[in-house]
Amino acid sequence: MTNRLAEKYKDRIEQTFAKYPTKRSAVMPLLFLAQEEYGWVSPEGILEVAELCELDPTQVDSIAGFYTMYSETPKGKYWLQVCTDLPCALRGADQFYADLKEYLGVGDGETTDDGMFTVDHVMCLAACDRAPMLQCNFHYVENLDMDKMKALIEQWRAEASDDK
Amino acid sequence: MEYILFREKVIPNIRELDVYTANEGYEALKKALSMSPAEVIDIVKASNLRGRGGAGFPTGVKWSFIPQNEPIKYVVANADESETGTFKDRQIMENNPHQLLEGALICAYAIQAKAVYIYLRGEFWDIAHQLDKRIAEARQAGFIGENILGSGFSCEIYTHLGAGAYICGEESALLESLEGKLGQPRVRPPFPAQKGGGLYGEPTVVNNVETLTNVPWIIRNGADAFKAIGTEQSAGTKIFCVSGHVNKPGNYELPMGVTLRELIYEHAGGIPGDRKIKGILPSGGSGPIVPGTDEVLDTPLTYEDMAKLGTILGSASIIVMDETVDMAWVASKVEKFFQHESCGKCTPCREGTYWLDKVLDRIMGGIAKESDIDLIVNIAKNMQGVTLCALGEFAANPIIHTVANFREDFLAHIAKPEEAEKPAAAAKGAARPAAARRGAAAVRESGA
Repeated sequence: MTNRLAEKYKDRIEQTFAKYPTKRSAVMPLLFLAQEEYGWVSPEGILEVAELCELDPTQVDSIAGFYTMYSETPKGKYWLQVCTDLPCALRGADQFYADLKEYLGVGDGETTDDGMFTVDHVMCLAACDRAPMLQCNFHYVENLDMDKMKALIEQWRAEASDDK
Repeated sequence: MEYILFREKVIPNIRELDVYTANEGYEALKKALSMSPAEVIDIVKASNLRGRGGAGFPTGVKWSFIPQNEPIKYVVANADESETGTFKDRQIMENNPHQLLEGALICAYAIQAKAVYIYLRGEFWDIAHQLDKRIAEARQAGFIGENILGSGFSCEIYTHLGAGAYICGEESALLESLEGKLGQPRVRPPFPAQKGGGLYGEPTVVNNVETLTNVPWIIRNGADAFKAIGTEQSAGTKIFCVSGHVNKPGNYELPMGVTLRELIYEHAGGIPGDRKIKGILPSGGSGPIVPGTDEVLDTPLTYEDMAKLGTILGSASIIVMDETVDMAWVASKVEKFFQHESCGKCTPCREGTYWLDKVLDRIMGGIAKESDIDLIVNIAKNMQGVTLCALGEFAANPIIHTVANFREDFLAHIAKPEEAEKPAAAAKGAARPAAARRGAAAVRESGA
């Protein structure tokens, strides 16, 4: 089997291994690399990371399952994760999340038909003073309301059609 | 007042290395390197600095537990910051990152560690990449790496990103995660400071970001200057994260001993619409709730005074709730958090949080009986003191203390007898509980 990650990201992988005394410690950063490459933690990504870290694929699979930022299914181009935990909810995050789902026409954890947006709710993201907020592909977008959100969605749609 | 941590309030751009060094930056490191490691530990001990992550353990004492004769030791900065309502460490890392690095280096020198790992929650993706640049700058300037400032002491600093698991803020779970394993707490002893208990089995100090960021100031100004701030048992300043129903939510660095009233009304701008405060969670989701009475509002925010109120200062994440809030809803919200975040290792926590969540869904769905209120208290009490880490304890708090203080809010959801016999249409169970998912991951792991 060819290891796509090993061939394509040789330097980055070596730099990652250099940080730790064991290869196993690199499993989390390399799972992020696999997710970046394949769009999700795909079966081939699991096998490649296992080979690199000299682990059994089952061990790598269990780590991917334990941590919520590893996506075990393909997601939309923009993965929107809205914090609906208590401090955000006290500032309207539950309503914001409901409005966002309605606007995009999807349910909890679902992806829009055009593959653009996946919408999820998540636990506290340490941004309680800037609610409502969300994480878009791991980048924070804070102090939101639906007007700002609609403008962002249109902007992302425009950027995506420019890319085509 | 003088800022110890949020120095960007008076020195804009202190995040930049040249601005930091022009304002006494890395002077404490130079001073520490001219002392013996034992002298550095003695100063931190004498300052009464206590751990800012929540437990409040004396920092210098923690450092002194590291055995001197072991060749390999580690420092781990806990930047997992995942407690509901906590958002202080990110502000330090965003605005005053070099002071964290300097504090970590001083700790490393004091215990003679050659490597520091900063474990950031995975969601701090952008902050970690910024921090990597700051580390590179500091290395370029000779503050990190081989033979630091010609002292003969060498130390590297690395960042490591988690990937979404509250439990990794617990120090032994954090170490497991850093070793590339499932983030589940270890059986102790051995403790992290002991051989066999730390990172890769080596003696390790795990300190919160805010704790380490205090250290350079203490080394520069001395233990007595630090003790002069705050109270006898709670020295120094503390960052209070204020969220919920306040006009100006945010982080406020103030001397320990400030009252809740001053914090909420003078600093955080009071309550929207001048409504009354119904309840306060002083330590995020994990600490016992207190009612918004005059007695509570006039209590100083210190480790000792919060204990007298029957709650904890913890990481000082103050969630304020006004009179419109339904406390049964609060308990249900917070319990969903713990149900999702239970790592699945200990049965009382994994099962307890699952059943608490189910019964709370019944209560919120209006189909519960009054005895269900006693049932959740019973389940919660059976989770206390029987788990490997504090998460089981934390998950019991939102039930026990919320019911004790606001039972009428739960009673308001209790169905009339004829309705209680109907099918559980309103109670929507969790589709795929994370604890079960994490439990399944643990089974996969052990079978490997």
